[in-house]
Amino acid sequence: MLQAENTSVYLGGFVQPVFDAQTVFRQVMNAMARPGTITRFDALTTPPAPLISVTGSIAAALFDHDTSVWLEPAQASQPALTGWLTFNTSTKIVAQGFDADFAIVTDAGALPSLESFAQGTQEFPDRSTTIILQVESLDQGPRLVLEGPGIKEKAFISPSGLPDQFCEQCSANRQRFPRGVDLLLVSTQGLIGLPRTVKISRG
Amino acid sequence: MYVAVKGGETAINNAHRLLADRRRGDRSVPAMHLEQIVEQLGLAVDRIMSEGSLYDCELAALAFKQARGDMIEAIFLLRAYRTTLPRFGYSNPVDTNRMHIERRISATYKDLPGGQLLGPTFDYTHRLLDPALMGSQDVETPVTKQAAEQSTPRVSQLLTQEGLIESDGDLPDDHQTGDLTREPMEFPMARDVRLQALSRGDEGFLLALGYSTQRGFGRSHPFVGEIRIGEVDVEIDIPELGFAINLGRIRVTECQMVTQFQGSAKSPPQFTRGYGLVFGQSERKAMAMSLVDRSLRARELGEDLTAPAQDEEFVISHADNVQATGFVEHLKLPHYVDFQAELDLVRRMRSEFEAAQERDGNAGEDLEAAE
Amino acid sequence: MNTHGELATYNFAYLDEQTKRMIRRAILKAIAIPGYQVPFASREMPMPYGWGTGGVQVTAAVIGPDDTLKVIDQGADDTTNAVSIRAFFQKVTNVAVTTSTRQATIIQTRHRIPEEQLGENQILVYQVPIPEPLRFLEPRETETRKMHALEEYGLMHVKLYEDIARNGHIATTYAYPVKVEGRYVMDPSPTPKFDNPKMHMSQALQLFGAGREKRIYAIPPYTEVVSLDFEDHPFEVQTFKDPCALCAATGVYLDEVILDDKGSRMFVCSDTDHCENRRNEGHHGHLSGQALEAQQ
Ligand SMILES: [Zn+2]
Repeated sequence: MLQAENTSVYLGGFVQPVFDAQTVFRQVMNAMARPGTITRFDALTTPPAPLISVTGSIAAALFDHDTSVWLEPAQASQPALTGWLTFNTSTKIVAQGFDADFAIVTDAGALPSLESFAQGTQEFPDRSTTIILQVESLDQGPRLVLEGPGIKEKAFISPSGLPDQFCEQCSANRQRFPRGVDLLLVSTQGLIGLPRTVKISRG
Repeated sequence: MYVAVKGGETAINNAHRLLADRRRGDRSVPAMHLEQIVEQLGLAVDRIMSEGSLYDCELAALAFKQARGDMIEAIFLLRAYRTTLPRFGYSNPVDTNRMHIERRISATYKDLPGGQLLGPTFDYTHRLLDPALMGSQDVETPVTKQAAEQSTPRVSQLLTQEGLIESDGDLPDDHQTGDLTREPMEFPMARDVRLQALSRGDEGFLLALGYSTQRGFGRSHPFVGEIRIGEVDVEIDIPELGFAINLGRIRVTECQMVTQFQGSAKSPPQFTRGYGLVFGQSERKAMAMSLVDRSLRARELGEDLTAPAQDEEFVISHADNVQATGFVEHLKLPHYVDFQAELDLVRRMRSEFEAAQERDGNAGEDLEAAE
Repeated sequence: MNTHGELATYNFAYLDEQTKRMIRRAILKAIAIPGYQVPFASREMPMPYGWGTGGVQVTAAVIGPDDTLKVIDQGADDTTNAVSIRAFFQKVTNVAVTTSTRQATIIQTRHRIPEEQLGENQILVYQVPIPEPLRFLEPRETETRKMHALEEYGLMHVKLYEDIARNGHIATTYAYPVKVEGRYVMDPSPTPKFDNPKMHMSQALQLFGAGREKRIYAIPPYTEVVSLDFEDHPFEVQTFKDPCALCAATGVYLDEVILDDKGSRMFVCSDTDHCENRRNEGHHGHLSGQALEAQQ
């Protein structure tokens, strides 16, 4: 049993690191550039639960020795999970959200305040956290209306499992522009990018 | 029928072929071997390694040959290769106290522990062209002194004992040495990154800047505390082994400039340091680097910023000859789209100007007629 | 010692994976903060700084085996530097290349935006020499960074207004500054101001790479891009008196071609693909069928 767990740390990464990373990045980039669009790619990684493949693939594509990632305390204490991330990406795991380039949130309902993550500075607003937020689905929840750069007029998404105050949090995040965090909503269906510029309302 | 200029690809291929021909030159003259360059044009190889920031004599010689002797082109070739190399780790700082010294001089002390060693210097050669070198005559075996000790303390340490020179920097123990080839540049810079930029910087640019400080543009009253040239061991810690292993030896030139400092609100009167360290034997570069390093510490030491050599953003942004040559030379790329836009504007402004002249001229004539 | 065999190896798209990740992270932040210049640790490339190394690094970080690449310089696919960059990517990625604007998924450009409207499945990558729009007014990075942080763009307006006071109009014809999404003033790279309106609400993602200056920035699709101007001196683009001499196109950017040493000249499309398509569709300019044999 222990043997199996230890082994899993080393398995489940990209099979073709160069091409898989490019595929995943392109979809993440498209998602960020066109908020509201669901982008997808094949299951290219098999990370330990509760991480889903999409999350594992984004981590494998973007994390490395030069990045830091924040995990929920419940996940940060899982050696199988932290071991998988550090073995497959060499990323540093940090205890504070405001030190993190990336954050992985598996329990979307318990998403910490967006303000608790790195916001960047007025001079360097790029030095902020990108949050990978795992949600139950991208199309089964209440409808949200998106506006802003990347969106022709309006876009509509229906993710489920978001916390109650999500729209308010995002709107406060947008008020801090150019500072602020960027979000990637992910589920087994794919991902939706919500950069800090996006305006979200219920509807 | 008008046919737009095509065939850029053929033109490029033909240019490359001609370049290869000119590089080879007269086929009846033997082609140069890399060993000849490494052995007989060693100072060129050293400069290419130093500004190319890659210690590899053979590749530097190859770059030199490929570049037809154009130093900056050779440096560029080596840099472009360096950037593709995987990074296995970071060595420990080299200990120049334990240098296997070939040359060591101090301008501040007549004699000192470890002695002065002139080494292979041009310094006291009379600059008369030597006809003997036109042929390939035999050269005498050199007379050298056996290196005295395992370790030769640096002159700055002798001054430190008296408390008359500032300490050797105060970076915290957990400081991670910066690397401007891996992280975006940001001003103001930490001194370690600044020294890296200077060590890669163009010799001519730093020489001119160092010279300018001597002529009064940010004068720093420098003395050569010490120049030493020789080989140092490069070691890397292997955590799994628990000790450092030796990767080999590299030749470096180190210069410690000692400069007078009258003190400021921040620091007591004392001697301060300017530091230069470069790959290979390159005394001029190490000296210029140490002068410029000292000048760039003006803000840190609370001195007035009055001269170009004290302006960090100016110096560091323009010290890299690979960047500089690229941007200066890009002006020969086609700019006809922009030029067309400017042409249109100048024509328009010109006709407006002429119309205005004519108006004023007519107005003048009218006035005359009225009188 | 090194062998030549070792020297010849390189990764897909030349850059090592760590460098690609670093650039990719910068691109994502650039998209999230439209018009803001993200610093990145630009690498030495096997072509000189100032010759498109920023654009090449962005393209290399984005490109995949399924892409079709077009490279233009001055609007043309056959200018020497465009040929050279295209050949580089053919060698290090083996992707399909094209001169057709329509067929390309990635277009790397220097100094022009294609005449044909770009679509949602396309990415336009600009080569940028000086990314900082305020640089010629304030040479210090430390100062211009503060100006962007404080949204303090008065200096730029003063400069443009001085132009008007002196010349009666704004004397900037290319690299004409724009404001992105009402926040960041941005340099569109040295494209003629004729092309500025194409950036506004573009369907294509626009990425900008400045290698020597180590900056990446972006304009997401459907983003507001406004050329700076004044109420009494609104922004206007260049116009040309005559249509393209080869394809009769109007409302396109034209290059002036000198025909002989007596100063006769003609104006032809700077976008060579656009001109060729029009001629294939049967459009003819006044010089397309005659007279110019003397040139050959
Ligand atoms: Zn035409």
